[in-house]
Amino acid sequence: MAKKVYHDGAVSGAKRIVDAALILLLVALCLVWVYPVFLILINSLKLETAISTTTVFELPLGEKFVGLSNYIYGVTQMNFLSSFSYSLIITVTSVLLIILCCSMCAWYITRVNTLASKLMYLLCAFSMVVPFQMVMFTLSKTADTLQLNTPFNICIIYLGFGAGLAVFMFTGFMKSVPLAIEEAAMIDGCNPLQIFFKVVFPILKPTAISTAILETMWVWNDYLLPTLVLDIKKYRTIPMAIQYFRGSYGSVQMGPMMACIMITVIPIIIMYLACQKYIIEGVVAGAVKG
Amino acid sequence: MENAIKKYWPVFLLPTLAAFIIGFIWPFIWGIYLSFHKFITVSKTTFVGIDNYIKVFQDATFVDAFWFTARFTLVSTILINVIAFMLALALTRGLKGTNAFRTVFFLPNLIGGIVLGYIWQILLNGILTNLGLPLLALDAKYGFWGLIILMCWQQIGYMMIIYIAGLQNVPGDLLEAASIDGATSFQTLIKVKLPMVMPSITICSFLTLTNSFKLFDQNLALTSGEPAKQSQMLALNIYDTFYARSGAQWKGIGQAKAVVFFLLVIGIALIQLYFTRRKEVQQ
Repeated sequence: MAKKVYHDGAVSGAKRIVDAALILLLVALCLVWVYPVFLILINSLKLETAISTTTVFELPLGEKFVGLSNYIYGVTQMNFLSSFSYSLIITVTSVLLIILCCSMCAWYITRVNTLASKLMYLLCAFSMVVPFQMVMFTLSKTADTLQLNTPFNICIIYLGFGAGLAVFMFTGFMKSVPLAIEEAAMIDGCNPLQIFFKVVFPILKPTAISTAILETMWVWNDYLLPTLVLDIKKYRTIPMAIQYFRGSYGSVQMGPMMACIMITVIPIIIMYLACQKYIIEGVVAGAVKG
Repeated sequence: MENAIKKYWPVFLLPTLAAFIIGFIWPFIWGIYLSFHKFITVSKTTFVGIDNYIKVFQDATFVDAFWFTARFTLVSTILINVIAFMLALALTRGLKGTNAFRTVFFLPNLIGGIVLGYIWQILLNGILTNLGLPLLALDAKYGFWGLIILMCWQQIGYMMIIYIAGLQNVPGDLLEAASIDGATSFQTLIKVKLPMVMPSITICSFLTLTNSFKLFDQNLALTSGEPAKQSQMLALNIYDTFYARSGAQWKGIGQAKAVVFFLLVIGIALIQLYFTRRKEVQQ
Protein backbone atom coordinates (compact mmCIF):
# COMPACT_ATOMS: atom_id res chain seq x y z
CA MET A 1 0.00 0.00 0.00
CA ALA A 2 1.52 3.27 -1.09
CA LYS A 3 1.83 5.85 1.61
CA LYS A 4 0.94 9.31 0.49
CA VAL A 5 2.07 12.11 2.73
CA TYR A 6 1.63 15.62 1.43
CA HIS A 7 3.06 18.58 3.18
CA ASP A 8 4.98 21.66 2.16
CA GLY A 9 8.69 21.47 2.76
CA ALA A 10 10.24 19.57 5.66
CA VAL A 11 8.25 17.79 8.34
CA SER A 12 7.26 20.59 10.66
CA GLY A 13 7.26 20.33 14.42
CA ALA A 14 3.54 20.93 14.50
CA LYS A 15 2.83 17.93 12.33
CA ARG A 16 5.01 15.74 14.53
CA ILE A 17 3.06 16.77 17.63
CA VAL A 18 -0.27 16.19 15.89
CA ASP A 19 0.90 12.74 14.76
CA ALA A 20 2.06 11.79 18.26
CA ALA A 21 -1.27 12.91 19.73
CA LEU A 22 -3.14 10.95 17.07
CA ILE A 23 -1.17 7.80 17.77
CA LEU A 24 -1.93 8.10 21.48
CA LEU A 25 -5.61 8.57 20.72
CA LEU A 26 -5.64 5.59 18.37
CA VAL A 27 -3.89 3.38 20.93
CA ALA A 28 -6.53 4.36 23.50
CA LEU A 29 -9.29 3.58 21.01
CA CYS A 30 -7.72 0.22 20.22
CA LEU A 31 -7.77 -0.67 23.91
CA VAL A 32 -11.46 0.23 24.02
CA TRP A 33 -11.99 -1.93 20.93
CA VAL A 34 -10.29 -4.98 22.40
CA TYR A 35 -11.64 -4.56 25.92
CA PRO A 36 -15.04 -6.32 25.49
CA VAL A 37 -13.34 -9.52 24.32
CA PHE A 38 -10.77 -9.24 27.12
CA LEU A 39 -13.58 -8.87 29.66
CA ILE A 40 -15.20 -12.10 28.48
CA LEU A 41 -11.81 -13.82 28.63
CA ILE A 42 -11.14 -12.89 32.27
CA ASN A 43 -14.65 -13.84 33.34
CA SER A 44 -14.49 -17.18 31.57
CA LEU A 45 -11.64 -18.08 33.93
CA LYS A 46 -13.57 -17.23 37.10
CA LEU A 47 -15.43 -19.34 39.62
CA GLU A 48 -19.18 -19.31 38.92
CA THR A 49 -20.08 -17.66 42.24
CA ALA A 50 -17.51 -14.93 41.65
CA ILE A 51 -19.29 -13.70 38.53
CA SER A 52 -21.96 -11.07 38.95
CA THR A 53 -22.73 -7.75 37.32
CA THR A 54 -21.00 -5.90 40.15
CA THR A 55 -17.79 -7.93 40.09
CA VAL A 56 -17.56 -8.39 36.35
CA PHE A 57 -14.58 -6.04 36.05
CA GLU A 58 -12.44 -7.78 38.65
CA LEU A 59 -9.53 -9.95 37.58
CA PRO A 60 -9.68 -13.70 38.24
CA LEU A 61 -7.16 -13.83 41.09
CA GLY A 62 -6.59 -16.16 44.00
CA GLU A 63 -9.34 -18.64 44.68
CA LYS A 64 -11.62 -17.06 42.09
CA PHE A 65 -9.40 -18.48 39.39
CA VAL A 66 -10.63 -21.86 38.13
CA GLY A 67 -8.45 -22.41 35.08
CA LEU A 68 -10.13 -24.09 32.17
CA SER A 69 -12.91 -25.86 34.06
CA ASN A 70 -15.58 -23.54 32.61
CA TYR A 71 -14.32 -24.40 29.16
CA ILE A 72 -14.54 -28.13 29.76
CA TYR A 73 -18.01 -27.83 31.26
CA GLY A 74 -19.22 -25.46 28.52
CA VAL A 75 -17.92 -27.60 25.67
CA THR A 76 -19.60 -30.75 26.98
CA GLN A 77 -22.86 -29.03 27.99
CA MET A 78 -23.23 -27.17 24.75
CA ASN A 79 -22.06 -30.10 22.68
CA PHE A 80 -19.71 -27.64 21.10
CA LEU A 81 -17.85 -30.07 18.89
CA SER A 82 -20.95 -31.18 17.02
CA SER A 83 -22.09 -27.56 16.66
CA PHE A 84 -18.69 -26.65 15.34
CA SER A 85 -18.76 -29.44 12.77
CA TYR A 86 -22.30 -28.55 11.62
CA SER A 87 -21.28 -24.93 11.20
CA LEU A 88 -18.18 -26.01 9.33
CA ILE A 89 -20.05 -28.40 7.01
CA ILE A 90 -22.73 -25.83 6.21
CA THR A 91 -20.23 -23.03 5.59
CA VAL A 92 -17.84 -25.06 3.44
CA THR A 93 -20.51 -26.71 1.26
CA SER A 94 -22.50 -23.50 0.85
CA VAL A 95 -19.55 -21.32 -0.05
CA LEU A 96 -18.09 -23.85 -2.51
CA LEU A 97 -21.47 -24.32 -4.16
CA ILE A 98 -22.07 -20.57 -4.35
CA ILE A 99 -18.65 -19.90 -5.91
CA LEU A 100 -18.95 -22.69 -8.47
CA CYS A 101 -22.55 -22.17 -9.56
CA CYS A 102 -22.60 -18.38 -9.42
CA SER A 103 -19.36 -17.91 -11.36
CA MET A 104 -20.75 -20.19 -14.09
CA CYS A 105 -24.05 -18.37 -14.05
CA ALA A 106 -22.32 -14.98 -14.16
CA TRP A 107 -20.22 -16.03 -17.16
CA TYR A 108 -23.32 -17.24 -18.96
CA ILE A 109 -25.30 -14.06 -18.38
CA THR A 110 -22.45 -11.76 -19.45
CA ARG A 111 -21.63 -13.74 -22.59
CA VAL A 112 -25.15 -14.66 -23.71
CA ASN A 113 -27.12 -11.55 -24.40
CA THR A 114 -30.75 -12.51 -24.08
CA LEU A 115 -33.72 -11.19 -22.16
CA ALA A 116 -33.45 -14.11 -19.72
CA SER A 117 -29.88 -13.12 -18.88
CA LYS A 118 -30.83 -9.53 -18.23
CA LEU A 119 -33.77 -10.58 -16.11
CA MET A 120 -31.62 -12.94 -14.04
CA TYR A 121 -29.12 -10.14 -13.42
CA LEU A 122 -31.80 -7.69 -12.35
CA LEU A 123 -33.43 -10.23 -10.03
CA CYS A 124 -30.08 -10.96 -8.40
CA ALA A 125 -29.46 -7.27 -7.77
CA PHE A 126 -33.01 -6.95 -6.41
CA SER A 127 -32.63 -9.93 -4.06
CA MET A 128 -29.69 -8.25 -2.29
CA VAL A 129 -31.92 -5.49 -0.91
CA VAL A 130 -34.86 -7.68 0.16
CA PRO A 131 -34.82 -8.23 3.94
CA PHE A 132 -34.78 -11.85 5.08
CA GLN A 133 -37.99 -11.36 7.11
CA MET A 134 -39.88 -10.95 3.83
CA VAL A 135 -39.24 -14.57 2.87
CA MET A 136 -38.40 -16.25 6.18
CA PHE A 137 -41.74 -17.94 6.78
CA THR A 138 -42.38 -19.14 3.23
CA LEU A 139 -38.73 -20.11 2.77
CA SER A 140 -38.74 -22.33 5.84
CA LYS A 141 -41.98 -23.99 4.64
CA THR A 142 -40.48 -24.52 1.17
CA ALA A 143 -37.33 -25.99 2.70
CA ASP A 144 -39.42 -28.40 4.77
CA THR A 145 -41.48 -29.52 1.80
CA LEU A 146 -38.38 -30.17 -0.29
CA GLN A 147 -36.60 -31.84 2.65
CA LEU A 148 -33.75 -29.33 2.41
CA ASN A 149 -33.58 -29.21 6.19
CA THR A 150 -30.35 -30.96 7.18
CA PRO A 151 -26.84 -29.49 7.44
CA PHE A 152 -25.91 -31.55 4.40
CA ASN A 153 -28.28 -30.01 1.89
CA ILE A 154 -29.14 -26.63 3.40
CA CYS A 155 -26.40 -25.33 1.07
CA ILE A 156 -29.00 -25.33 -1.73
CA ILE A 157 -31.02 -22.78 0.24
CA TYR A 158 -27.88 -20.75 0.84
CA LEU A 159 -27.09 -20.89 -2.87
CA GLY A 160 -30.54 -19.53 -3.61
CA PHE A 161 -30.45 -16.76 -1.05
CA GLY A 162 -26.75 -15.93 -1.47
CA ALA A 163 -26.75 -15.99 -5.27
CA GLY A 164 -27.56 -12.29 -5.52
CA LEU A 165 -24.31 -10.94 -4.11
CA ALA A 166 -22.12 -13.57 -5.80
CA VAL A 167 -23.62 -13.23 -9.27
CA PHE A 168 -23.46 -9.46 -8.92
CA MET A 169 -19.77 -9.51 -7.99
CA PHE A 170 -18.77 -12.00 -10.68
CA THR A 171 -20.64 -10.20 -13.48
CA GLY A 172 -19.12 -6.90 -12.34
CA PHE A 173 -15.69 -8.41 -12.94
CA MET A 174 -16.60 -10.44 -16.06
CA LYS A 175 -17.63 -7.31 -17.94
CA SER A 176 -14.02 -6.11 -17.93
CA VAL A 177 -12.58 -9.42 -19.20
CA PRO A 178 -11.86 -9.28 -22.96
CA LEU A 179 -13.58 -11.83 -25.19
CA ALA A 180 -10.46 -12.49 -27.30
CA ILE A 181 -8.91 -15.17 -25.05
CA GLU A 182 -12.13 -17.15 -24.91
CA GLU A 183 -12.55 -16.90 -28.68
CA ALA A 184 -9.01 -18.15 -29.17
CA ALA A 185 -9.76 -21.13 -26.95
CA MET A 186 -12.92 -21.76 -28.94
CA ILE A 187 -11.01 -21.79 -32.23
CA ASP A 188 -8.52 -24.21 -30.68
CA GLY A 189 -11.45 -26.59 -30.22
CA CYS A 190 -12.48 -26.14 -26.60
CA ASN A 191 -16.14 -26.60 -25.69
CA PRO A 192 -17.76 -24.02 -23.39
CA LEU A 193 -17.12 -26.17 -20.30
CA GLN A 194 -13.42 -26.43 -21.07
CA ILE A 195 -13.27 -22.71 -21.85
CA PHE A 196 -14.85 -21.89 -18.53
CA PHE A 197 -12.70 -24.11 -16.34
CA LYS A 198 -9.39 -23.72 -18.19
CA VAL A 199 -9.56 -20.09 -19.24
CA VAL A 200 -12.27 -18.10 -17.48
CA PHE A 201 -12.21 -19.45 -13.94
CA PRO A 202 -8.45 -18.83 -13.41
CA ILE A 203 -9.05 -15.20 -14.41
CA LEU A 204 -11.95 -14.98 -11.98
CA LYS A 205 -9.88 -16.30 -9.06
CA PRO A 206 -9.31 -12.98 -7.19
CA THR A 207 -13.03 -12.22 -7.37
CA ALA A 208 -13.79 -15.78 -6.27
CA ILE A 209 -11.62 -15.31 -3.16
CA SER A 210 -13.29 -11.99 -2.31
CA THR A 211 -16.75 -13.43 -2.81
CA ALA A 212 -15.89 -16.54 -0.80
CA ILE A 213 -14.79 -14.35 2.12
CA LEU A 214 -17.93 -12.23 2.11
CA GLU A 215 -20.16 -15.31 1.85
CA THR A 216 -18.20 -17.12 4.59
CA MET A 217 -18.63 -14.17 6.96
CA TRP A 218 -22.36 -14.33 6.31
CA VAL A 219 -22.99 -18.09 6.45
CA TRP A 220 -20.75 -18.81 9.45
CA ASN A 221 -22.47 -16.18 11.59
CA ASP A 222 -26.00 -16.60 10.24
CA TYR A 223 -28.50 -17.29 12.97
CA LEU A 224 -32.04 -16.93 11.71
CA LEU A 225 -31.96 -19.02 8.54
CA PRO A 226 -30.60 -22.22 10.13
CA THR A 227 -32.85 -21.71 13.16
CA LEU A 228 -35.94 -21.67 10.99
CA VAL A 229 -34.85 -24.38 8.57
CA LEU A 230 -32.98 -26.94 10.67
CA ASP A 231 -34.49 -29.07 13.42
CA ILE A 232 -33.10 -27.43 16.57
CA LYS A 233 -33.25 -30.66 18.56
CA LYS A 234 -31.02 -32.49 16.11
CA TYR A 235 -28.77 -29.89 14.55
CA ARG A 236 -27.39 -26.76 16.15
CA THR A 237 -24.92 -24.45 14.48
CA ILE A 238 -22.69 -22.32 16.73
CA PRO A 239 -24.90 -19.20 16.77
CA MET A 240 -27.94 -21.42 17.42
CA ALA A 241 -26.14 -23.20 20.27
CA ILE A 242 -25.13 -19.92 21.91
CA GLN A 243 -28.65 -18.56 21.70
CA TYR A 244 -30.13 -21.85 22.93
CA PHE A 245 -27.64 -22.09 25.78
CA ARG A 246 -28.54 -18.59 26.84
CA GLY A 247 -32.25 -18.75 26.26
CA SER A 248 -33.24 -22.12 27.65
CA TYR A 249 -31.63 -22.27 31.08
CA GLY A 250 -33.60 -20.93 34.01
CA SER A 251 -30.56 -19.28 35.51
CA VAL A 252 -27.81 -18.99 32.99
CA GLN A 253 -24.46 -20.33 34.10
CA MET A 254 -22.33 -17.36 33.25
CA GLY A 255 -18.91 -19.01 33.48
CA PRO A 256 -19.51 -21.77 30.91
CA MET A 257 -21.49 -19.32 28.78
CA MET A 258 -18.51 -16.97 28.55
CA ALA A 259 -16.19 -19.89 27.93
CA CYS A 260 -18.40 -20.84 24.98
CA ILE A 261 -18.28 -17.30 23.66
CA MET A 262 -14.48 -17.40 23.87
CA ILE A 263 -14.15 -20.67 21.98
CA THR A 264 -16.41 -19.24 19.30
CA VAL A 265 -14.37 -16.06 19.03
CA ILE A 266 -10.84 -17.51 19.20
CA PRO A 267 -10.96 -19.48 15.91
CA ILE A 268 -12.36 -16.40 14.18
CA ILE A 269 -9.51 -14.24 15.48
CA ILE A 270 -6.91 -16.81 14.38
CA MET A 271 -8.49 -17.09 10.92
CA TYR A 272 -8.60 -13.32 10.66
CA LEU A 273 -4.96 -12.81 11.59
CA ALA A 274 -3.95 -15.54 9.13
CA CYS A 275 -5.82 -14.24 6.08
CA GLN A 276 -6.25 -10.61 6.99
CA LYS A 277 -4.98 -9.37 3.62
CA TYR A 278 -7.60 -11.33 1.67
CA ILE A 279 -10.41 -10.40 4.04
CA ILE A 280 -9.72 -6.68 3.75
CA GLU A 281 -9.32 -6.92 -0.04
CA GLY A 282 -12.57 -8.87 -0.19
CA VAL A 283 -14.43 -6.17 1.72
CA VAL A 284 -13.08 -3.44 -0.56
CA ALA A 285 -13.90 -5.44 -3.71
CA GLY A 286 -17.41 -6.11 -2.43
CA ALA A 287 -17.97 -2.44 -1.73
CA VAL A 288 -16.77 -1.32 -5.15
CA LYS A 289 -19.08 -3.78 -6.93
CA GLY A 290 -22.01 -3.07 -4.63
CA MET B 1 -19.50 -18.28 -29.63
CA GLU B 2 -22.66 -17.00 -28.02
CA ASN B 3 -24.71 -19.81 -29.55
CA ALA B 4 -22.23 -22.44 -28.41
CA ILE B 5 -22.50 -21.24 -24.81
CA LYS B 6 -26.26 -20.93 -25.07
CA LYS B 7 -26.58 -24.69 -25.70
CA TYR B 8 -24.91 -25.31 -22.34
CA TRP B 9 -27.49 -23.41 -20.34
CA PRO B 10 -28.52 -26.45 -18.28
CA VAL B 11 -24.96 -26.62 -16.96
CA PHE B 12 -24.22 -22.94 -16.49
CA LEU B 13 -27.52 -21.31 -15.71
CA LEU B 14 -29.85 -23.99 -14.38
CA PRO B 15 -28.29 -24.86 -10.96
CA THR B 16 -28.20 -21.24 -9.80
CA LEU B 17 -31.58 -20.48 -11.35
CA ALA B 18 -33.24 -23.49 -9.70
CA ALA B 19 -31.78 -22.68 -6.27
CA PHE B 20 -32.66 -19.03 -6.76
CA ILE B 21 -36.27 -19.97 -7.47
CA ILE B 22 -36.40 -22.24 -4.40
CA GLY B 23 -34.52 -19.87 -2.11
CA PHE B 24 -35.84 -16.52 -3.24
CA ILE B 25 -38.35 -16.09 -6.07
CA TRP B 26 -40.95 -18.62 -4.97
CA PRO B 27 -40.87 -17.68 -1.24
CA PHE B 28 -41.08 -14.02 -2.25
CA ILE B 29 -44.15 -14.44 -4.46
CA TRP B 30 -45.79 -16.84 -2.01
CA GLY B 31 -45.11 -14.34 0.77
CA ILE B 32 -46.95 -11.60 -1.08
CA TYR B 33 -49.83 -14.01 -1.74
CA LEU B 34 -50.05 -15.04 1.93
CA SER B 35 -50.06 -11.45 3.12
CA PHE B 36 -53.61 -11.18 1.76
CA HIS B 37 -54.74 -14.33 3.56
CA LYS B 38 -55.63 -15.57 7.00
CA PHE B 39 -54.02 -18.89 7.88
CA ILE B 40 -52.64 -21.14 10.59
CA THR B 41 -51.21 -23.78 8.30
CA VAL B 42 -50.31 -22.88 4.74
CA SER B 43 -52.54 -25.62 3.34
CA LYS B 44 -55.70 -23.88 4.52
CA THR B 45 -55.84 -20.18 3.77
CA THR B 46 -58.77 -17.78 3.51
CA PHE B 47 -58.63 -14.65 1.43
CA VAL B 48 -59.12 -11.52 3.54
CA GLY B 49 -58.16 -8.74 1.14
CA ILE B 50 -56.19 -5.89 2.69
CA ASP B 51 -57.48 -6.74 6.16
CA ASN B 52 -54.02 -7.81 7.35
CA TYR B 53 -52.50 -4.55 6.19
CA ILE B 54 -55.09 -2.52 8.07
CA LYS B 55 -54.31 -4.53 11.22
CA VAL B 56 -50.59 -3.93 10.77
CA PHE B 57 -51.07 -0.21 11.23
CA GLN B 58 -53.47 -0.72 14.11
CA ASP B 59 -50.86 -2.79 15.93
CA ALA B 60 -49.21 -0.35 18.33
CA THR B 61 -46.13 -2.58 18.77
CA PHE B 62 -45.38 -2.33 15.05
CA VAL B 63 -45.69 1.45 14.99
CA ASP B 64 -43.48 1.72 18.11
CA ALA B 65 -40.95 -0.64 16.57
CA PHE B 66 -40.94 1.51 13.43
CA TRP B 67 -40.09 4.69 15.36
CA PHE B 68 -37.48 2.88 17.44
CA THR B 69 -35.89 1.52 14.26
CA ALA B 70 -36.05 4.88 12.51
CA ARG B 71 -34.35 6.69 15.40
CA PHE B 72 -31.77 3.94 15.73
CA THR B 73 -31.01 3.96 12.00
CA LEU B 74 -30.58 7.73 11.88
CA VAL B 75 -28.26 7.93 14.89
CA SER B 76 -26.17 4.88 14.03
CA THR B 77 -25.74 5.82 10.34
CA ILE B 78 -24.46 9.30 11.22
CA LEU B 79 -22.18 8.16 14.07
CA ILE B 80 -20.69 5.21 12.20
CA ASN B 81 -19.93 7.16 9.04
CA VAL B 82 -18.48 10.21 10.78
CA ILE B 83 -16.24 8.18 13.10
CA ALA B 84 -15.20 5.74 10.35
CA PHE B 85 -14.29 8.61 8.05
CA MET B 86 -12.23 10.34 10.74
CA LEU B 87 -10.38 7.11 11.50
CA ALA B 88 -9.75 6.61 7.79
CA LEU B 89 -8.27 10.13 7.58
CA ALA B 90 -6.02 9.39 10.57
CA LEU B 91 -4.91 6.08 9.07
CA THR B 92 -4.00 7.52 5.66
CA ARG B 93 -1.46 9.98 7.09
CA GLY B 94 1.33 7.41 7.10
CA LEU B 95 1.40 7.08 10.89
CA LYS B 96 3.43 4.38 12.61
CA GLY B 97 1.42 1.24 13.34
CA THR B 98 -1.29 2.02 10.78
CA ASN B 99 -1.71 -1.64 9.85
CA ALA B 100 -2.04 -2.75 13.48
CA PHE B 101 -4.72 -0.12 14.14
CA ARG B 102 -6.60 -1.16 11.03
CA THR B 103 -6.45 -4.82 12.08
CA VAL B 104 -7.88 -4.10 15.52
CA PHE B 105 -10.69 -1.81 14.33
CA PHE B 106 -11.87 -4.29 11.73
CA LEU B 107 -11.91 -7.31 14.03
CA PRO B 108 -15.47 -7.07 15.51
CA ASN B 109 -16.98 -7.48 12.03
CA LEU B 110 -16.09 -11.12 11.93
CA ILE B 111 -17.90 -11.97 15.15
CA GLY B 112 -21.54 -12.89 14.62
CA GLY B 113 -24.43 -10.75 15.81
CA ILE B 114 -25.64 -13.18 18.48
CA VAL B 115 -22.21 -13.47 20.13
CA LEU B 116 -21.66 -9.71 19.87
CA GLY B 117 -24.98 -9.10 21.55
CA TYR B 118 -24.09 -11.26 24.54
CA ILE B 119 -20.60 -9.82 24.89
CA TRP B 120 -22.02 -6.32 25.11
CA GLN B 121 -24.87 -7.34 27.34
CA ILE B 122 -22.37 -8.58 29.93
CA LEU B 123 -20.17 -5.49 29.61
CA LEU B 124 -22.95 -2.90 29.59
CA ASN B 125 -24.87 -4.50 32.45
CA GLY B 126 -21.63 -4.48 34.45
CA ILE B 127 -21.13 -0.78 33.81
CA LEU B 128 -24.76 0.11 34.53
CA THR B 129 -24.81 -1.83 37.81
CA ASN B 130 -21.59 -0.25 39.00
CA LEU B 131 -23.06 3.18 38.25
CA GLY B 132 -26.20 2.26 40.18
CA LEU B 133 -28.43 2.39 37.10
CA PRO B 134 -31.07 -0.13 35.95
CA LEU B 135 -30.05 -3.05 33.73
CA LEU B 136 -30.34 -2.96 29.93
CA ALA B 137 -33.46 -5.09 29.96
CA LEU B 138 -35.25 -2.76 32.36
CA ASP B 139 -35.03 0.55 30.56
CA ALA B 140 -35.48 0.99 26.80
CA LYS B 141 -33.31 4.14 26.84
CA TYR B 142 -30.25 2.12 27.81
CA GLY B 143 -31.27 -0.60 25.37
CA PHE B 144 -31.28 1.99 22.60
CA TRP B 145 -27.86 3.41 23.40
CA GLY B 146 -26.50 -0.07 24.04
CA LEU B 147 -27.51 -1.08 20.54
CA ILE B 148 -25.94 2.10 19.14
CA ILE B 149 -22.64 1.40 20.91
CA LEU B 150 -22.67 -2.23 19.78
CA MET B 151 -23.43 -1.27 16.18
CA CYS B 152 -20.66 1.35 16.16
CA TRP B 153 -18.19 -1.15 17.57
CA GLN B 154 -19.09 -3.66 14.89
CA GLN B 155 -19.48 -1.51 11.80
CA ILE B 156 -16.94 1.30 12.13
CA GLY B 157 -14.04 -0.93 11.12
CA TYR B 158 -15.79 -2.15 7.98
CA MET B 159 -16.71 1.32 6.80
CA MET B 160 -13.24 2.60 7.72
CA ILE B 161 -11.71 0.05 5.34
CA ILE B 162 -13.91 1.29 2.49
CA TYR B 163 -13.10 4.94 3.26
CA ILE B 164 -9.37 4.17 3.40
CA ALA B 165 -9.59 2.58 -0.06
CA GLY B 166 -11.48 5.64 -1.30
CA LEU B 167 -8.97 8.10 0.15
CA GLN B 168 -6.04 6.20 -1.30
CA ASN B 169 -7.60 6.50 -4.75
CA VAL B 170 -7.68 10.28 -4.64
CA PRO B 171 -5.18 11.20 -7.40
CA GLY B 172 -1.91 12.60 -6.02
CA ASP B 173 -1.69 15.40 -8.59
CA LEU B 174 -4.99 16.84 -7.34
CA LEU B 175 -3.64 17.06 -3.80
CA GLU B 176 -0.38 18.49 -5.09
CA ALA B 177 -2.23 21.11 -7.12
CA ALA B 178 -4.25 22.06 -4.06
CA SER B 179 -1.13 22.43 -1.93
CA ILE B 180 0.63 24.54 -4.61
CA ASP B 181 -2.43 26.79 -4.74
CA GLY B 182 -1.97 27.31 -1.01
CA ALA B 183 -4.94 25.32 0.27
CA THR B 184 -4.87 24.53 3.99
CA SER B 185 -5.31 20.90 4.97
CA PHE B 186 -8.87 21.64 6.02
CA GLN B 187 -9.66 23.21 2.65
CA THR B 188 -8.09 20.23 0.88
CA LEU B 189 -10.30 17.94 2.91
CA ILE B 190 -13.53 19.77 2.13
CA LYS B 191 -12.88 20.82 -1.47
CA VAL B 192 -10.80 17.92 -2.81
CA LYS B 193 -10.91 14.78 -0.71
CA LEU B 194 -14.59 14.82 0.24
CA PRO B 195 -15.93 15.21 -3.32
CA MET B 196 -13.48 12.57 -4.56
CA VAL B 197 -14.56 9.96 -2.01
CA MET B 198 -18.26 10.57 -2.60
CA PRO B 199 -18.67 7.07 -4.15
CA SER B 200 -17.36 5.55 -0.89
CA ILE B 201 -19.75 7.72 1.09
CA THR B 202 -22.61 6.48 -1.10
CA ILE B 203 -21.68 2.85 -0.46
CA CYS B 204 -21.01 3.23 3.26
CA SER B 205 -24.14 5.17 4.00
CA PHE B 206 -26.13 2.67 1.96
CA LEU B 207 -24.63 -0.27 3.86
CA THR B 208 -25.03 1.27 7.33
CA LEU B 209 -28.55 2.45 6.59
CA THR B 210 -29.80 -0.92 5.37
CA ASN B 211 -27.82 -2.90 7.99
CA SER B 212 -29.23 -0.79 10.82
CA PHE B 213 -32.74 -0.86 9.49
CA LYS B 214 -32.69 -4.64 9.03
CA LEU B 215 -30.90 -5.36 12.34
CA PHE B 216 -32.08 -8.56 13.98
CA ASP B 217 -29.45 -10.78 15.67
CA GLN B 218 -27.93 -8.01 17.81
CA ASN B 219 -31.36 -6.82 18.88
CA LEU B 220 -32.40 -10.37 19.84
CA ALA B 221 -29.23 -11.05 21.83
CA LEU B 222 -28.73 -7.69 23.52
CA THR B 223 -32.23 -6.85 24.76
CA SER B 224 -34.62 -9.20 22.90
CA GLY B 225 -37.05 -6.29 22.92
CA GLU B 226 -37.18 -5.90 26.69
CA PRO B 227 -38.73 -4.20 28.59
CA ALA B 228 -42.21 -5.01 27.26
CA LYS B 229 -41.20 -4.81 23.57
CA GLN B 230 -40.02 -1.22 24.02
CA SER B 231 -36.62 -1.89 22.50
CA GLN B 232 -37.99 -4.06 19.73
CA MET B 233 -36.94 -3.24 16.19
CA LEU B 234 -38.98 -4.00 13.08
CA ALA B 235 -37.26 -7.26 12.14
CA LEU B 236 -37.67 -8.63 15.65
CA ASN B 237 -41.27 -7.42 15.77
CA ILE B 238 -42.04 -9.40 12.60
CA TYR B 239 -40.33 -12.50 13.96
CA ASP B 240 -42.25 -12.11 17.21
CA THR B 241 -45.56 -11.77 15.33
CA PHE B 242 -44.91 -14.99 13.42
CA TYR B 243 -43.55 -17.24 16.09
CA ALA B 244 -44.40 -15.90 19.54
CA ARG B 245 -48.05 -14.93 19.26
CA SER B 246 -50.88 -17.44 19.32
CA GLY B 247 -54.07 -16.84 17.42
CA ALA B 248 -55.23 -17.52 13.88
CA GLN B 249 -54.78 -14.02 12.56
CA TRP B 250 -51.14 -13.35 13.51
CA LYS B 251 -49.32 -15.28 10.78
CA GLY B 252 -51.15 -13.38 8.06
CA ILE B 253 -50.49 -10.10 9.83
CA GLY B 254 -46.84 -11.07 10.27
CA GLN B 255 -46.52 -11.65 6.55
CA ALA B 256 -48.22 -8.33 5.82
CA LYS B 257 -45.78 -6.64 8.20
CA ALA B 258 -42.94 -8.30 6.30
CA VAL B 259 -44.21 -6.87 3.02
CA VAL B 260 -44.49 -3.40 4.56
CA PHE B 261 -40.97 -3.82 5.96
CA PHE B 262 -39.67 -4.82 2.53
CA LEU B 263 -41.27 -1.78 0.91
CA LEU B 264 -39.74 0.48 3.58
CA VAL B 265 -36.26 -0.96 2.98
CA ILE B 266 -36.57 -0.53 -0.79
CA GLY B 267 -37.90 3.00 -0.34
CA ILE B 268 -35.09 4.05 1.98
CA ALA B 269 -32.44 2.47 -0.25
CA LEU B 270 -33.73 4.26 -3.36
CA ILE B 271 -34.03 7.67 -1.67
CA GLN B 272 -30.55 7.35 -0.20
CA LEU B 273 -28.98 6.33 -3.53
CA TYR B 274 -30.74 9.18 -5.30
CA PHE B 275 -29.40 11.81 -2.90
CA THR B 276 -25.80 10.64 -2.59
CA ARG B 277 -25.38 9.72 -6.27
CA ARG B 278 -26.28 13.29 -7.20
CA LYS B 279 -23.27 14.52 -5.26
CA GLU B 280 -20.77 12.21 -6.96
CA VAL B 281 -18.33 13.82 -9.37
CA GLN B 282 -17.17 12.31 -12.63
CA GLN B 283 -13.49 11.43 -12.55
